[in-house]
Amino acid sequence: MSLPETRSAKRAANRSSMSMTARTVFLLAAALGVGCAPAAVDTAPPAPAAEVAAPDRSERPDPGPVPELRLPEVQRLTLSNGLEVYLLEKHDVPLVQVNLAVGAGSVHDPAERLGIASLTAGMLDEGAAGRSALEIADALEYLGARFFIAPGTHATRIGLRVPTARLEEGLDVFSDVVLRPDFPGQELDRLRAERLTSLVRRHDDPQAVAGVLFGQRVFGPDHPYGRTAVGDEAHLRAMTTDDLRRFHETHFRPDNASVVVVGAISPDEVRARLEAALGGWERGEVPTAPVAEPGPIEGRTIYLVDVPGAAQSVIRLGHLGVPRSTEDYYALEVMNTILGGSFTSRLNRNLREDKGYTYGARSGFDMWVNPGPFWAGAAVQTDVTGPALTEFMNELRRIHEPMPEEEVSLARNFLAMRYPAGFQSVSEIAGRVGGLIEHGLPVDELDAYTARVLEVERADVERAARRYVDPENMAIVVVGDRAVIEEQIRAQGIGDVEILEVADVLGAVPVVTGPGT
Amino acid sequence: MMHRLALGILPLLLAAPLAAQSASVELPYEQFTLDNGLTVVLHRDASTPNITTNVWYHVGSAHERPGRTGFAHLFEHIMFEGSANVPRGKIDEWFEEVGGSPNGSTTRDRTNYHQTFGSNALDMALFIESDRMGYLLEAMSPSTVDIQRDVVKNERRQNYDNRPYGLAGQTIAETIYPASHPYFWPVIGYMDDLSAASYEDVTDFFERFYAPNNASLVISGDIDFAEARALVEKWFAEIPEGAAVPELNAQPVLLDEERRVALEDRVQLPRLYMAWTTPAAYAEGDAEMAALARLLAGGRNSRLYRRLVYDLQIADDVAAFQRSGKLGSDFTLLATARGGHTLEELATVIDEEIERLRSEPPSAREVQRIVNEYETGFLEEMERIDRKADRMNEYLFYTGTPDYFQQDLDRFRGLTPESLSAAAREHLHPTHRVILSVVPRGQTELAMPGSRLIPDENLADSPGAR
Repeated sequence: MSLPETRSAKRAANRSSMSMTARTVFLLAAALGVGCAPAAVDTAPPAPAAEVAAPDRSERPDPGPVPELRLPEVQRLTLSNGLEVYLLEKHDVPLVQVNLAVGAGSVHDPAERLGIASLTAGMLDEGAAGRSALEIADALEYLGARFFIAPGTHATRIGLRVPTARLEEGLDVFSDVVLRPDFPGQELDRLRAERLTSLVRRHDDPQAVAGVLFGQRVFGPDHPYGRTAVGDEAHLRAMTTDDLRRFHETHFRPDNASVVVVGAISPDEVRARLEAALGGWERGEVPTAPVAEPGPIEGRTIYLVDVPGAAQSVIRLGHLGVPRSTEDYYALEVMNTILGGSFTSRLNRNLREDKGYTYGARSGFDMWVNPGPFWAGAAVQTDVTGPALTEFMNELRRIHEPMPEEEVSLARNFLAMRYPAGFQSVSEIAGRVGGLIEHGLPVDELDAYTARVLEVERADVERAARRYVDPENMAIVVVGDRAVIEEQIRAQGIGDVEILEVADVLGAVPVVTGPGT
Repeated sequence: MMHRLALGILPLLLAAPLAAQSASVELPYEQFTLDNGLTVVLHRDASTPNITTNVWYHVGSAHERPGRTGFAHLFEHIMFEGSANVPRGKIDEWFEEVGGSPNGSTTRDRTNYHQTFGSNALDMALFIESDRMGYLLEAMSPSTVDIQRDVVKNERRQNYDNRPYGLAGQTIAETIYPASHPYFWPVIGYMDDLSAASYEDVTDFFERFYAPNNASLVISGDIDFAEARALVEKWFAEIPEGAAVPELNAQPVLLDEERRVALEDRVQLPRLYMAWTTPAAYAEGDAEMAALARLLAGGRNSRLYRRLVYDLQIADDVAAFQRSGKLGSDFTLLATARGGHTLEELATVIDEEIERLRSEPPSAREVQRIVNEYETGFLEEMERIDRKADRMNEYLFYTGTPDYFQQDLDRFRGLTPESLSAAAREHLHPTHRVILSVVPRGQTELAMPGSRLIPDENLADSPGAR
């Protein structure tokens, strides 16, 4: 690992005398009890400060040599049915994390069954191998296990974290859920009503409305990245247990999956436990789901969703970004850190620390198998919504200008030095390794990260900014109180304004009544 | 004074059968107090090349005065705006340079400041932390207060005023505590009080509460004890002791009636809240209430999830939590009605389940499930230096020793079906409670019968200004 640059030790020349004066005043005040709380009679007298040597505060003590992160080796095993297993041993705490990723996400939803990947995932632990939904939950809770099923865009992740001594019992339930789900009809009815209710409740949340509309505008409403994984009301109502069973049978195959294990466990034990739990899983022919390239956005349109009386305006703007496999990944990491990826980023510094418009402004690239969105956003005070939009525009244009070397250096160091702390817990490590595998990247990226970040040069960052941030062609979503914000927004002259209601974005509020809806 | 304690051997934990564990938690540490009263705890964990520093100032929103609510938290923001030798903006920049994202948080009882950074930067981190403990005011100006006031108002809008059901917590506190109680107002504060906060308030608050004898510092991570201690002494020893901060006192609160209130909100579905006052943090009964929250609403087999969400399907969600505080705690249950179902239906089932718990102990398996989940939670905390550091400061503040992991775990291992039933009998009283209905705007008829409707004008302002 090479050394990140540390800051040059340039300091204001008068800092030292200022600090001396300041300290003197402060000590005097304390000694006299001036400005302190009404002193109780039994208050201890202030410490005799004169005995303590004052350190030199005129110079910041610069950090020492950069410490080295030593990561556990990534070991690879293959089960008898071909299932690939990645293991990182970590023995300091007796916990183990097992994450299974199956290539079954919302991109695999057929056009007439939107939401099926997510609903299938949700049904896995609603009954399996004769165990009821409540029995499955009870077994896992009794083990003190953390269990999750996370349906995503390209994959569904199923995770189990458990004290190592309880892994065998945990995997017993885990394999039932993954391999032998029963899809009971009455549980589907229950889950369907829950999902429909979540569509109802989405109408309450301005952040959710902004997210849905932004996806629709960047990708188009029919693109798998442009809709939400939970799916569509009509499709949810039509889905049958047979549909789910078929989807599971087709996509849940060991040759369409991978396992990451992290924790206090040996390779031999991993092999034995996983062979017993997942070794009997049969391979299958899994269809691929090509994802179309969405058309580009031309010009700027502001989509204003009216929420009368809203206490803030939720802003989200951006356009199509890049896939995770982009060769500019590291340059973009550094560039986005400068733009809106850290507390000291330009967006946060401008909109929060300089103007006080918001609690926080950020930007990011969601990098998936195919290009995800580039986005920037904030929730801003209603009466400065127009000026806040203009500041977003200013920053997205300014990022195209030549960049000060100090900003690049700070962003690089932040990313490189922050990296090791992400390797403390078994769940974080497993998540990181899984992320690489699911995007088809080599796991040695794990070790290469720091060096690759530190190699990024200012010219790379400037090029990435000009290539991947395009303030002239964007979708701009604002969810807020139209009566207060429309005129301000129009006055900025940023783009045409299209007025929408929440129902234009989410559709009518579904009607959900009791069981069996 | 110096301690070095090792409590048993961690890897033995949980090797025993499920229901019979007796192994212990190892957490070697060193504790000492500087002459100025700053308590310091060091803990070594070199699993990654990182260090966390975590400072607790023993001041929270409970120490605020009427008319200046939200000030402890506003002050937390101001602590990031620079000090005599750390120019504005540099706290964040300097920590980012070594991988840190400095942050803080404020509760009713305390304010904390923490960051995790590369193990090459402890000297710098302690320089920064000590500079703002000793020399904050030299860098302050009225404009610093103005900007952070706006940021905090936006924080309030984002997390409370513009969030579905976001004003429920504030309303419950205002109903369950008397106006004179320090837990009456929300930590985030009221908008008119935030507007009133002045530069003089900053000075006064700093001098009153931000002294080393009202703080504790935990350093955990890849450290050498002797080196860390020397650095702490170098940077902190010169900071003068402040006047002692008097302990807050508050009479225990017990409602003598059931108070029903209702709130309109921009939501689709009505939601029911029930709240009780309960034993203080780490007091007798506190662990029971935390466990009861799980027993009632944590996981699919919890009593209320199972009946309301799973069996009857008349609720979309349920939740329960014990919010523990130094002056007392409160316990809240909530459930959101499914379309077409009423809050009265929910209340009837909740009352039945509470009554069942009061009259008959839960099963041994229900209790063991909760204990086992807590055990995993302890192991998860052991993985992270930031979590351990904050927990040690929490233990120190509430129990007097940072070394309370084993006793804390034992609090939960010692739970029995009878102790949980007894706690429900004592604290989840059918009438000494608040019932809050949050209903869609214009549908006040969906509130529980007999509720007093809270006018929804200016709810972000203090009660006197509404």
